[in-house]
Amino acid sequence: MSEPVEDLKTTPLYAKHVAAGGRMVPFGGYNLPVQYNTGIMGEHKWTREHAGLFDVSHMGPSFLTLNNPSGDADADHAAVAALVEPLVCGDINGLKPGQVRYTLLLNETGGAIDDLMVARSPLFPGSLYIVVNAGTKDNDFDIIAKAAGDKAKLTRADDGALLALQGPEAVAVLDTIVPGVAELGFMTYAPFEWNGTKLIIARSGYTGEDGCEILCDASVAEAMWDALLADERVKPIGLGARDSLRLEAGLPLYGHDLDETVSPTEAGLNFAVSKRRRESADFPGAARILKEFGGELSRIRVGLFVEGAPAREGTEILDASGMVVGKVTSGGFAPSLARAIALGFVPPAHATPGTQLQVSVRGRMQPAQVTATPFVPHRYFRKAKS
Amino acid sequence: MTTKFTPDHEYIRVEGATGIVGITPYAQNALGDIVFVELPSVGKVLKKGDEAAVVESVKAASEIYAPVSGTVTEVNSALSGEPGLINTDPEAAGWIYKISIANAGELDGLLDAVAYADLTK
Repeated sequence: MSEPVEDLKTTPLYAKHVAAGGRMVPFGGYNLPVQYNTGIMGEHKWTREHAGLFDVSHMGPSFLTLNNPSGDADADHAAVAALVEPLVCGDINGLKPGQVRYTLLLNETGGAIDDLMVARSPLFPGSLYIVVNAGTKDNDFDIIAKAAGDKAKLTRADDGALLALQGPEAVAVLDTIVPGVAELGFMTYAPFEWNGTKLIIARSGYTGEDGCEILCDASVAEAMWDALLADERVKPIGLGARDSLRLEAGLPLYGHDLDETVSPTEAGLNFAVSKRRRESADFPGAARILKEFGGELSRIRVGLFVEGAPAREGTEILDASGMVVGKVTSGGFAPSLARAIALGFVPPAHATPGTQLQVSVRGRMQPAQVTATPFVPHRYFRKAKS
Repeated sequence: MTTKFTPDHEYIRVEGATGIVGITPYAQNALGDIVFVELPSVGKVLKKGDEAAVVESVKAASEIYAPVSGTVTEVNSALSGEPGLINTDPEAAGWIYKISIANAGELDGLLDAVAYADLTK
């Protein structure tokens, strides 16, 4: 059943995955483990209860840095933010040092070219840390580099390793290896020293749990992997559980729940369209997105509790009378809930939680109820107000 | 009692004129955790190669085909509540359905245990 796969890239942790029993599959142009010997269900539950270690080195970390910073931290940040803001709907100018923000790269009609994280360097004025998706990274980097022109330089960091450690015990584990990590607030990042090398650690993730994402040099990737797995609270987790965890957390997956036709408004990501940007209407596709904010919305992303067999991507969604009203964009089995869940798009008239819809799975109708997302509550770290 | 196999990793255990159909340990391992099984209806008439059932893992749905022609006589309803039986005990408690074999000659076209073991090496 193993087919020879050409032109697949590997991450610096390929040998570790194989040694750990990883079942390697092609994903985003890389050879990555869909699961290890524990299996998707066990890996999923382990992450919700303890700490799961993910290799996400296929993603696109990068740094955008002003070529001629003035040395005035706020002016330099404003200058680099001004290069990125015309591409995205988020407030980049308003980022505090070290703050990470989720935003979307938009086309002229307000469709999502990608979703990404943009962060302001806690140390270097005029520098942003930007992480984009694997499948879209070459195009994203072209767009960002072009917008930066001769004012700033985009440096790709996807030749290193990016690890995610996620789960209620993740930060406690990481703090034993890299002291001080526990001080990070949710959606902030900082550089750390580890065995004489630099790590970039963000308190963020894609599971709905507390945790961190760790960027390190390829040369120390295996040592970092081993150091984390030496803690009995940590198990390696494959792409299968990464997908089921993010689905339960109600988080969209680019290429499935988001594409170049889907606006942030349709995707239920209004929080990512900053108030200041809406007031100045200065982002790509603002005309459409502002209309959608005003209520002229033809479809919106919803969560569905599906009775019976999982409704997979592409499954038709019908109203109670049997009329097709939309499609599932991500669907599967939720290990934490032991039932089928899905994300899909329907007109706003069918989007109120509690609305009874149907899905057509292999030609048979199954009840599906609209529900608020996340399906499983987020458990992000919130600092106590001092 | 003979057990025969398809290249699609179904087994059929022949007991007289009845065959007990399930998926092999190799197949359950490849699919991973089974979370849902769609069983055929009792009385359903199947031709060899027809889709008889569907097993779903966390990630994907896989069709289970009829290894021979015949009529479904019984289904393993325990799988509705406990689909994971296919993972833990694929050859016994994780059987999927029983079929009355219409044409015993079709069994000759299937793989025996040695040939199947060879296929999954």
